[in-house]
Amino acid sequence: MTTQDLYQQVIIDHHKKPRNFRKIEKPSHQAEGFNPLCGDHLWVYINVNAAGTIEDISFEGDGCAISKASASMMTQNLKGKTVAESTAIFNDFHKMVLGQLDPEKDAHVLGRLAIFSGIWKYPARVKCAALAWHTMNGALSNEATISTE
Amino acid sequence: MNQHTLNSTPSTMDLDAIRRDFPILSRQVRDGKNLIYLDNAATTLKPRQVLDVVYDHYAYGASNIHRGVHFLSEEATKLYEGARETVRRFINARETAEVIFTSGTTSAINLVAKSWGRKNVSAGDEIIITHMEHHANIVPWQMLREETGCVLKIAPINDRGELDMAAFESLITPRTKMVAVVYTSNSLGTINPVRDIIRLAKVHGAAVLLDAAQTVAHTKVDVQSLDCDFLVFSGHKLFATSGVGVLYGKRAVLEAMPPLMGGGDMIKSVTFEKTTYAGLPARLEAGTPAIGGAIGLGAAIDYIQKIGFAAIADQEKDLLAYATGLLSELPGIRIIGTAAEKTAIISFVVDGIHPHDMGTLLDAEGVAVRAGHHCTQPVMARFKIPATTRASFSFYNTRADADALVHAIKKAIEVFA
Repeated sequence: MTTQDLYQQVIIDHHKKPRNFRKIEKPSHQAEGFNPLCGDHLWVYINVNAAGTIEDISFEGDGCAISKASASMMTQNLKGKTVAESTAIFNDFHKMVLGQLDPEKDAHVLGRLAIFSGIWKYPARVKCAALAWHTMNGALSNEATISTE
Repeated sequence: MNQHTLNSTPSTMDLDAIRRDFPILSRQVRDGKNLIYLDNAATTLKPRQVLDVVYDHYAYGASNIHRGVHFLSEEATKLYEGARETVRRFINARETAEVIFTSGTTSAINLVAKSWGRKNVSAGDEIIITHMEHHANIVPWQMLREETGCVLKIAPINDRGELDMAAFESLITPRTKMVAVVYTSNSLGTINPVRDIIRLAKVHGAAVLLDAAQTVAHTKVDVQSLDCDFLVFSGHKLFATSGVGVLYGKRAVLEAMPPLMGGGDMIKSVTFEKTTYAGLPARLEAGTPAIGGAIGLGAAIDYIQKIGFAAIADQEKDLLAYATGLLSELPGIRIIGTAAEKTAIISFVVDGIHPHDMGTLLDAEGVAVRAGHHCTQPVMARFKIPATTRASFSFYNTRADADALVHAIKKAIEVFA
């Protein structure tokens, strides 16, 4: 992966026009994510219905293009998924950004999120891509504040 | 802008020869890009003249100091104490007893805050720092506040990143025990009017600590002429290796300080009933120090003194003016820190591009800069930004490096267009 791949058009697009970039009033789950190292700071809001499906998910906050695009694509991907499915995707995403899962070789449930594969070659930026996911996972686990240090 | 805005660098030094002294400058990074090193405020590069003496010490002279009777120990002791004398001359301390080797600026400030601070500061006493301090000159004083109940006062800065001297003066009272100030800001580049600061502090009898981490590689520092009580800096920002730094203190002040760490090398005699401490500087240097690091620091000082601060200042002034001129023309850029008195540090933000993305995109072009809050979160809050991208120059940088920086920023702006 080159830096050009890291900043391909879809990432820039999600950064400039983040999807589901809003607050959900009275969400069933929410958490605040913070990367003290670089100041990336976001909130993830989730509404899970009685059947355990994510009916709505959104985020707010400020950060670099990688963290914002990752959060935006995460909300797109997880809307309509069950909590169990979300956890499986989170686990795959986590392995991928650490370089432990190669979407081209290994089985995965990442879909378009595979665009973030190879970010493990930029150790300083792994936390940018992972912040929204850890925050989402924390929200579903009822943790109020997530720090990725 | 000064007069050097055309296409030549000042001819006061042989830049090609100097650049050959730094092996790392011949490196390529990120798929064959020549390294453009503009992260000198984080750490400076190391010349062969330093690396060789450090290598020689460990390869042929490895030995502990001050206690061996054998040849190598005597030799290492002589080199280590010789480095102390080199530092003494470099900052014009009265005597080598006033030069304490530490592990760096952070440990030097912590030593003062914990040893001098605990002894001299009590509830209601005041410590004054500025809004532009590095965390290393904030947190130790907050810890002292926790312990003693003293008051920590913050001198404000203006929109150019300069200290508000009127406000600073009004903060000083007879209860002010310490004024701990950064000489040169690592994130803004501001050079503070330390002589005025020291004069005002002395009116009320306050001690003064200068954090000179970003100063000593760029300009002559004379502790007697300044009349500061403490001055601290790191070896690794002065072309030496990491793990060695200096605490200068006036003898009378250091002598009154209880040792922070007890152990070997800092004692006169030890029995289980009673230990008597050694004199300065050993009393404040418990344990085996960074011997090779200190010897390397001495070599680094010899190296830059051979080049001379006049030539260094000419080169860095030219680079600052040249790079500032080029950067100012870029669309959507905002330079953070525009003090009248500035070192060759340029912090900036570009509309719509987070500094971390900028840092990664510059890195892709081989340009090494720092992106982040630079351990000065209150400065970021003051300017209402999460972070900056920071290019920091040293004398071995060239106008071509500044051109490469600007070219890489333009490419980053295109990626985000």
